[in-house]
Amino acid sequence: MTTPTSSLTDRLTPIAAGAHVIAAHFLGRTPVFALADGTVLISEPGSETRIAAHPEASVLCAASNGTSLFTGGDDGKIIATSATGVTTEIAHEKGRWIDAITARADGAIAWAAGKAVSARDTKGDVKTWTAPSTPRGLVFMPKGYRIAASHYNGVSLWFPNAAAAPDVLDWKGSHLDVTTSPDGRFVVSSMQENSLHGWRVADKADMRMTGYPAKIRSWSWSHDGNWLATSGAEASVIWPFQAKGGPMGQSPRECGVRECKVSQVAFHPKALILAIGYEDGWIILVRLTDGSEILARSTQDSKDAITALNWDAAGRQFAFGTQDGQAGVVTLPV
Amino acid sequence: MSEHNEKSEHNEKIPVTVLTGYLGAGKTTLLNRILTEPHGKKFAVIVNEFGEIGIDNDLVVGADEEVFEMNNGCICCTVRGDLIRIIEGLMKRKGKFDAIIVETTGLADPAPVAQTFFVDADVGNAARLDAVVTVADAKWLSARLKDAPEAKNQIAFADVILLNKTDLVSAAELREVEARIRAINPYAKLHKTVNCAVPLDAVLGKNAFDLERILEIEPEFLNAEDHDHDHHHDHGHDHDHHHHGLKHYHDEDMQSVAIKFDGEVNPEKFMPWINDLTQAEGPSILRCKGILAFKDEPKRFVFQGVHMILDGDLQRDWRADEKRDCKLVFIGRDLKEDLIREGFKKCAA
Repeated sequence: MTTPTSSLTDRLTPIAAGAHVIAAHFLGRTPVFALADGTVLISEPGSETRIAAHPEASVLCAASNGTSLFTGGDDGKIIATSATGVTTEIAHEKGRWIDAITARADGAIAWAAGKAVSARDTKGDVKTWTAPSTPRGLVFMPKGYRIAASHYNGVSLWFPNAAAAPDVLDWKGSHLDVTTSPDGRFVVSSMQENSLHGWRVADKADMRMTGYPAKIRSWSWSHDGNWLATSGAEASVIWPFQAKGGPMGQSPRECGVRECKVSQVAFHPKALILAIGYEDGWIILVRLTDGSEILARSTQDSKDAITALNWDAAGRQFAFGTQDGQAGVVTLPV
Repeated sequence: MSEHNEKSEHNEKIPVTVLTGYLGAGKTTLLNRILTEPHGKKFAVIVNEFGEIGIDNDLVVGADEEVFEMNNGCICCTVRGDLIRIIEGLMKRKGKFDAIIVETTGLADPAPVAQTFFVDADVGNAARLDAVVTVADAKWLSARLKDAPEAKNQIAFADVILLNKTDLVSAAELREVEARIRAINPYAKLHKTVNCAVPLDAVLGKNAFDLERILEIEPEFLNAEDHDHDHHHDHGHDHDHHHHGLKHYHDEDMQSVAIKFDGEVNPEKFMPWINDLTQAEGPSILRCKGILAFKDEPKRFVFQGVHMILDGDLQRDWRADEKRDCKLVFIGRDLKEDLIREGFKKCAA
């Protein structure tokens, strides 16, 4: 079999981020990086702009809706940064840390500071709910104005505009992050015990996905919603969700097997191609249809883990960042 | 040398000191003392959110003491979820502080805090537990030991105990409370203080959970070092208190069991025994520690544990001038002393 390209390493543009990269996103075609030192780095080709979004503080979490980057800091602030570098303070939870943040394309965002979960709708109205314990993960459900929050002993599904108590998906233990399938049929959480827990929302049927050697800190849904790729093992473990029962009774696929743990995963927005970042700084692209692999980044004797990885909306390029402050953009051949 | 690599890796981990103590004993006084001494070090301080006294430090994080059980079938394996989250967040400021101090509430059990460092891989990779330091109120501790199980836990668990407010009690009362502490935990370093005045190296940099630093297992009161500034100390006066606290309090459900064995053990027998013992009796064993001579093994075997979590390894060689023997200590509640002693006996080589 001939592969037209065996490596993409010559298509990598390195960017010296200079601090632990918490998140990498694209605002339009512009790569932006949220850094642990409180800076947002906007990296237009040929020019870099550093915005002190959280002066004297750290960025703990970040999310993007494609037009703004939202960063949550240990200064208690949520800052929105645009592609042109304009910052807006969305909220200030005095004396608290922002533990989780999520955003969606229509402009709504939500965040958690301690047990207080706040949702800000497209008009700017903020509603707050107190979770039973500090949520570490938040995500908007695809349908309606509804937020899933992961916490101890389960996930709560909260309608900010309804007076009713949130619906709870129970499962004993500490749930870290939460995600939902693009069609909203499934909610999946990552757990303290190196496993995933899923629920079919319609009947709250439980599904356990175990066998990981480490916590699952990164995941990504394929564009068709049929696959959930995950980090936390020496390969990306990819669960099938096309069936009515989700992954139950089926085996996951394992792609990008190496003797190094996967730290970040990001599905291409339009094709069944998965970008996999590893704890040693390598990045490999895998095509799910035939399992073929292309190397995008390699490092020598590095323990500099990939900590951020995301595609642009068109799927033409992806941005990454590492724990030690390396970053870059890889552009696919047209 | 691999040993050197391990050490440098170990040194990169941020040391964490846990301050415990019943309400009003003086934890915050000690904390502020640590922070204001001219040591040139920067601390990240994790405090209970509802603390009432101000803390003078740049980096103070409010914690909410969220304790949860691990889903690993181990009922005593509880961890502090908030601590996992906070330490992960603090690591984003890596390089901006040298050490972490965790102040717990007066009612907190130190075990979940300690276990967090052994159970959570991410926390364990970033930080290491240095020591559990318990501040005790000389005037009220005896009463608290009777009515507050938390106070008892904190004494039993401690590596370092500050017996504070000694100016508020008589010499006899002080001996009484010290004896009560020793009945529960004869192994902690004990400092008698007023206003928590101790040199910082008495509470920081103790490496109490580091297997490399387990050098001796001797009850602390037999050591020559005596911080007692009570010049009226009178050994012959009160027969109840002779031998500096060897008096046994029969009403005390929290106690220690010390084993000394002049010989070697068979690791094939010892390892399954200690594993089974800590699995079965883990809920009642708060801390354990041991230095053992294995048959045909030139190195000392050392172990330490918190409830069911055991950590053990071969350490340095036995020196020619050392007697190859075994010393173990268990501190806990309602310990089955006979079962422990009989079980260990069967491990003899």
